[in-house]
Amino acid sequence: MQPTDIRNPQYFHKVVDCQWACPAHTRVPEYIRLIAAGRFDDAYLLNWDSNVFPGILGRTCDRPCEPACRRGRVEESNGEKPEPVAICRLKRVAADNRSEGIEARMRARLPERIPGAERFHIACVGAGPASLTVARDLAPLGYRVTIFETDARSGGFMRTQVPRFRLPEHVIDEEVGYILDLGVELVGNHPIDSMRALLDRNFDAVFVGCGAPRGRDLHIPGREEAKAKIHVGIEWLASVYFGHVTKVGRRVLVLGGGTTAMDCCRSARRLGGDDVKVIVRSGYGEMKASPWEKEDAEHEGVEILNWLNPKAFVHENGRLTGMWFTPMRAEQSGGGRKLLPTGEPDRFFECDEVLIAVGQENAFPWIERDLGIEFDEWGMPKLDKLTMQSTHPRVFFGGDAAFGPKNIIWAVEHGHQAAISIHNLLQHEDIRKRPPPLTNLVSQKMGIHEWSYDNDISPDQRYAVPWAPKEKTLKNIRQEVELGFDLPTAWKEAQRCLNCDVQTVFTRDLCIECDACVDVCPMDCITFTVNGDEAELRTRLTAPARNPEQDLYVSEPVKTGRVMVKDEDVCLHCGLCAERCPTGAWDMRRFLFVESYAGRGEEYSALPLKKKVAA
Amino acid sequence: MTYLAKPKLHHPSLQRNGVGFTRRDYEGAVSTLCAGCGHDSISAAIIQACWELDIEPHRVAKLSGIGCSSKTPTYFLSASHGFNTVHGRMPSVLTGANLANRELLYLGISGDGDSASIGIGQFVHAIRRGVDMVYLVENNGVYGLTKGQFSATADQGSKSKKGAVNTDAPVDMVGMALQLGASFVARGFSGDKTQLVPLLKAAMTHKGAAFLDVISPCVAFNNHPGSTKSYDYVREHNHALNRMDFIPARAGITVDYPEGEVREVRQHDGSMLRLRKLPSGHDTGDRVAAMSYLHECQARGEIVTGLLYVDPEAPDLHAHLETVDAPFNTLGERELCPGSATLAKINASLR
Repeated sequence: MQPTDIRNPQYFHKVVDCQWACPAHTRVPEYIRLIAAGRFDDAYLLNWDSNVFPGILGRTCDRPCEPACRRGRVEESNGEKPEPVAICRLKRVAADNRSEGIEARMRARLPERIPGAERFHIACVGAGPASLTVARDLAPLGYRVTIFETDARSGGFMRTQVPRFRLPEHVIDEEVGYILDLGVELVGNHPIDSMRALLDRNFDAVFVGCGAPRGRDLHIPGREEAKAKIHVGIEWLASVYFGHVTKVGRRVLVLGGGTTAMDCCRSARRLGGDDVKVIVRSGYGEMKASPWEKEDAEHEGVEILNWLNPKAFVHENGRLTGMWFTPMRAEQSGGGRKLLPTGEPDRFFECDEVLIAVGQENAFPWIERDLGIEFDEWGMPKLDKLTMQSTHPRVFFGGDAAFGPKNIIWAVEHGHQAAISIHNLLQHEDIRKRPPPLTNLVSQKMGIHEWSYDNDISPDQRYAVPWAPKEKTLKNIRQEVELGFDLPTAWKEAQRCLNCDVQTVFTRDLCIECDACVDVCPMDCITFTVNGDEAELRTRLTAPARNPEQDLYVSEPVKTGRVMVKDEDVCLHCGLCAERCPTGAWDMRRFLFVESYAGRGEEYSALPLKKKVAA
Repeated sequence: MTYLAKPKLHHPSLQRNGVGFTRRDYEGAVSTLCAGCGHDSISAAIIQACWELDIEPHRVAKLSGIGCSSKTPTYFLSASHGFNTVHGRMPSVLTGANLANRELLYLGISGDGDSASIGIGQFVHAIRRGVDMVYLVENNGVYGLTKGQFSATADQGSKSKKGAVNTDAPVDMVGMALQLGASFVARGFSGDKTQLVPLLKAAMTHKGAAFLDVISPCVAFNNHPGSTKSYDYVREHNHALNRMDFIPARAGITVDYPEGEVREVRQHDGSMLRLRKLPSGHDTGDRVAAMSYLHECQARGEIVTGLLYVDPEAPDLHAHLETVDAPFNTLGERELCPGSATLAKINASLR
């Protein structure tokens, strides 16, 4: 193998699994350390810079960071149940414990206004997380940003579809408020029904962040006749939010296996449904809902049934009485997988009401097709994935409107990237030019056995977030279920973090090949051996490197001609290799990778926070 | 050294051996030796060898004297019996323990100070009596605990860290062991575990006095230019006699080598030492040849490593003394105190 080039910042970035997996590349280990140190404001601000909605995401994020978390892998075959660090819920700890006057510190972090920026006016369609992020990034630079929203209030899907027992409204109000207070104009109750009309108003740029507002329907026999008790999930959730729906039948079937299905079934349990079943076409493991969402639903007495394909609604003179389902199985065919009937007899389930949550669709009936905004064969806008720019140079897309339904954290990242593009466009820069990330690699050595981070590895298993009692939560749809970690538990959970951003850095010229690092490494990560090609090398290390997703760190040849090979997969970042190294060939260095945002170019610094004004 | 205990977490693929232990189960307390000490590598090699041999830790007794090397039994096999003796007195305590219970595996861990200076008399007699043990000298040529004075194994002409030249002739413990009748004599290097682990396994399964000299650089006081026990010097002057594969008694023999390339030695317990000869052509069955080869290499300034001599059929101390097979702790009062009539008979036979 070629020696690893650690000067490429993406090498160590990838080692920080959580940050690498996060669409917005939030510096997770850093904020977890800040939480452990009791610096909740700093932890909150670090999150706010990167993901804009720490309080909202600390409750509702899809948390791509957690399945990626190294802690889950190192606990494998080490305890009862390997679990990642509760990254998402620690984020909520930062939000719950931030101080009152944090807005002043937020403002201090913002970049300087750009002279003349107020001449430019940017329109955002829809007041969801993508548009709000564009506004957060551009308004401080001095641009005028106006957000048009169909509803009276901002927040989009976060407000109208995510149920209040998962996300209290005051959290939305606060975090959306921070953005609107930056001088962003929100025009509520103002649906945009013509892109042509919008463009005619001479906005300098238009950002479309209107989400994927149409819930997919299920056109099977009986749908029309029994329609009074059959609802499309996301519309029903919005009706619950607006108070149009306050109760539901006793027996409810929810069709679909995603997050919306979970929100539907749990809402139904709170509105009078005492026999609620989620019925899914495919298997339990491949449901789109996250494992914890399924657990939460089952904890509340919802039954999940798999491998059943909806066949027909049954009604008596228009009154829904039940549904037929066909048992299914999966079959591998070619590269893909097909669902086929098993041939077993169809199954019937009685019910009083059905909620359809089988997916969402994008709909752009309001965008005229002759404006130069091209759409593909699936009706989605053609976009540059880097810049979020459409084929119309002044029109940008982000969030679910860009590539179909994703999640809040992806919407935020789209917003950041679109804001950079709009800024470049208005400043006559190359639109594809991205401001470079801030990177840094600094030794954390404080003394012979002292590091600036806590390198003692906690043996604890993951801590569960306490819940409000079920008797209480099932009676009141506005009662938040999760109560958040208390501070002693938050500290213990934070200690489970392995500090993967503190990197093991090897200096070949200092190594005397004493084997001390190999001997002390608790995870058998380090090997000195003759070089070979990667696949073969992976088999003959101290412990086999079985995870091809994780890189091998390979040195230049040492004196005996061998190479040092370190498997990054299950390294604890405990620093014992560096403590045992007599020559300092191993060192623990904190790797900083800070994404850059609109208007924060080369001079952008993550820590002193205010761009220096040239004298 | 480190202040932190090694985390209990281990690699997900960590295997259990034939007696149900992982390699981590053979570890001891965290080492307090200097970072990079060769002795820690030797401890790791002992851990690896015991795991691979499916040794039950409670069937091992580790004995040591005083010094850096003699501290190391704390850092491996924490579930084994241990005895830290007075300086240089490990061999006699080990001999006594072995006489009382021949069923344990005895690891005598010593250093160049403990065995070549204060304990040289004890070393000599334990070897010549053929005590069934592994006598391991962790040899770094200096007194590390007292800040790096030359020890008795330091080569004449080698330099201390401060630049002083050693004028005394060295004690050659390998040569002594050969001359004193050790039935297994080898030398290893802490920086080469692929050689050291099979040597340890062979020594542990050998019946009789197995002597193993392991050159173990002292990173703090003897790893500089001018030292003949530094990592660089040993690597540059290493003359490996042979490469050895250790094949346990239970394993089937699967690979055939062309005749002449491989010499196989079947040990007392049925295990096999397969020696792949390097160009030296040295015969490990010939004590006299081993001694002269050792001296030839020494004269050329080379450090011989590998297995120098083995006699798989040598009798040990118990055979010489015709002792009882069973350990004393399994014998009853009647066997241990046979009564005045028996005593009178013994006395009569001596008159």
